[in-house]
Amino acid sequence: MYNDKVMDHFFNPRNVGEIENPDGVGRVGNPICGDVMQMQIKVKDGRIEDIKFKTFGCGAAIATSSMVTELVKGLTLEEAMEVSNKTVAEALGGLPPQKMHCSNLAADALHEAIKDYLSKTSAPK
Amino acid sequence: MTSEHASPTRLVYLDHSATTPVRPEVLSVMMPYFAQAFGNASSIHRWGREARVAVETAREKVAYLLGAEPSEIIFTSGGTEADNLALRSTAYRLRSKGNHIITSAVEHHAILHTCEALEKEGFEVTYLPVDKYGMVSVERVREAIRPETILISVMHGQNEVGTIQPIEEIGSLAREKGILFHTDAVQSAGKVPLKVKDMDIDMATISSHKLYGPKGVGALYVRKGVRIAPQITGGSHERGRRAGTENVAGIVGFGEACYLAEREMAEESKRLSDLRDRLINGILEKIPDTVLNGHPTKRLPHNVNVSFKYVEGESILLNLDRVGVAASSGSACTSGSLEPSHVLLAMGIPHELAHGSIRMTLGRSNTVEDIDYVLEVLPPIVARLREMSPFSAKAN
Ligand code: FES
Repeated sequence: MYNDKVMDHFFNPRNVGEIENPDGVGRVGNPICGDVMQMQIKVKDGRIEDIKFKTFGCGAAIATSSMVTELVKGLTLEEAMEVSNKTVAEALGGLPPQKMHCSNLAADALHEAIKDYLSKTSAPK
Repeated sequence: MTSEHASPTRLVYLDHSATTPVRPEVLSVMMPYFAQAFGNASSIHRWGREARVAVETAREKVAYLLGAEPSEIIFTSGGTEADNLALRSTAYRLRSKGNHIITSAVEHHAILHTCEALEKEGFEVTYLPVDKYGMVSVERVREAIRPETILISVMHGQNEVGTIQPIEEIGSLAREKGILFHTDAVQSAGKVPLKVKDMDIDMATISSHKLYGPKGVGALYVRKGVRIAPQITGGSHERGRRAGTENVAGIVGFGEACYLAEREMAEESKRLSDLRDRLINGILEKIPDTVLNGHPTKRLPHNVNVSFKYVEGESILLNLDRVGVAASSGSACTSGSLEPSHVLLAMGIPHELAHGSIRMTLGRSNTVEDIDYVLEVLPPIVARLREMSPFSAKAN
């Protein structure tokens, strides 16, 4: 049911793990299936310098997490905010219809991580 | 864990509760009934008579498995149709007597969705809760009985977690109260003894493709004296209880499969339960934070269902598939759905654990070597997924 690209990202996920002292952390749960994803980012000069994920979820959840990290590494925060679940699904060459909701997780976790970073940096100390 | 597994060293099919291969002995007795003995069993001529003899011989063999009379067997297109027939026939026929049906929360969807459809038609249905093993309590059945109760339907062997329900006790309670009792025995038939006469069963559903027969055929046992209102109308096939030209080859194969299952049951069940226990104990020993779902002993001989904390079922299945092992998570029919299994949730298993459950169901082809292979490939898969899981962050 998954295409080769999805399976590749599932079996050989890029950027799994955690970052020491991340600049931003996003952790989201999928209200539909209960799966959970965590994204951590390191930001330098307004760009995503490093990103790592951890996912408790189905094949699509893991593959989209992996793909999103590849897509946004090196992007500016604004550009990364533009990356949507559709972008991720398309980059993977499509997901089965009943698995489209899984791609929300990846985009949401990324956006949360960026927002977390922004709230920390802009918060008056 | 990458391309070296592109072609697995071993193929291990552990999804026998989804379906089984047709046994060669079964296939060979079926073959003549496609092209040579192709007659319609209702026809008067020799072609028809030949088909009729084949169908009736098969009926005797199915009856033999259940300890029933051949006249008590109605052939259907499978388990789902037989469940529908049992429930709908009883509900519609006894409507004037009452509108209440008792079933359990862990039934197959063929029962649950039929009950829901009947609710829309004005019937009331009690879905009995189960304990943490997925077991229905006879006391709960007793409490649920009302004057308007017309039918109790509780499955025999649970398809996901393998728990064997106390259907003998439920049957005798139903008999005592004068209520009809149906059991969906699709998973248990041919695995554990199911003698309808000793168990006070009024109706029982069985399916061919779960016991090494072909797909597309099943049966409803209906005790003599219990009337059946056909739900598929047409000709007077199956003594007016189920219309439609008989699937002769399928029925012949089904009969043979039942006969072989009955003959070999004691030995094969013992063999399977030994393999099952080897697999369960091996998993629990080798993989920490793992729980067995279902009853530890009152369990189908071929069923293993385990939950791995911190990981999700589909991810495990995809990884197992890559190393040649076929398993399932929840029931195959629901794998398109996102909800964790209704059975595990009814057992009170937390959402996350239910999500990390996989079912492995053994069968005739499986050997000790198969089990040991699974015990070798599974632990690293779970370990790798756990490393990726945000829940087990502290565990590494
Ligand atoms: S099913 Fe939960 S993320 Fe895909």
